Amino acid sequence: MIKTFCKTQVEVKVSEDGYLEDMSQWNEEIAHEIAKEIGIELTDKHFEVINYLREKTEAKEPLTIRKVGKSGIVSIKELYQLFPKGPLKYSSKIAGIPKPTSCI
Amino acid sequence: METQEANTKKVVVDKKPLEKVCIICAKGSLEDVYATLVMANGAVMEGIETNVFFTFFGLDGITKKQMNRLHTATTGNPAMRMPGGIPFPTMLGGLPGVETAVSGMMRKQMEELDMPPVDEFLEMITAGGGTIYACKLAIDMFKLEKKDLSDEVEDIITIGQFYELCDGDRTQIIFT
Repeated sequence: MIKTFCKTQVEVKVSEDGYLEDMSQWNEEIAHEIAKEIGIELTDKHFEVINYLREKTEAKEPLTIRKVGKSGIVSIKELYQLFPKGPLKYSSKIAGIPKPTSCI
Repeated sequence: METQEANTKKVVVDKKPLEKVCIICAKGSLEDVYATLVMANGAVMEGIETNVFFTFFGLDGITKKQMNRLHTATTGNPAMRMPGGIPFPTMLGGLPGVETAVSGMMRKQMEELDMPPVDEFLEMITAGGGTIYACKLAIDMFKLEKKDLSDEVEDIITIGQFYELCDGDRTQIIFT
């Protein structure tokens, strides 16, 4: 599936549920647009989490909310506050990384 | 919303996602408690309202003294195998210390998959907005008090109160 982001006018490949298929096509503008669709207004704290997720994905490390909670950036409770109802799902989508496969 | 073509007529299928789960844990083995915790945490992560009810031996999963030292049964468990897949002899499983050692190994393997210990798992569930309850009847039966339970336990409630929490037409009750 190809999705065009209005502001950037960039054509980006996304999966059926809207996750970017190539994380290198991601930029902050795209992050803001995906977040807006979900209903999240991004702050610097969000970007700290997003950048952490992207770094770990590049390093091919599996992600869990427990890991994010131990990263020193946010606690698990804060992660839920930043990305309500989808701490890993929504943060991954906004970070332009694949849909999380972890159960924890 | 999803559209499907059926007999050339367009049928609109309205998806009805789950809104609430109420999970009951009545058994206290390592695998039973973790099944509950993984399902509860998974629901919270999906944004589903989650209530967890611990009763009977399941109370070990929220009792401070017991929760981080749960065992898996090494006797009467036909799925128990040695590393490498050789069946685990029942006679061996009955020897003193074997169950403790095997349970320790299981916990270690779970830790490698980033599965947290029980106390931390309970914290993760409540951090996401899930609520944990203990069964009043079982608490009385095992002569426990609120102070014996994890701080993450919201309340000790009756089964009637539990059913009241299970309202809503997109609610499922799961008995692990």
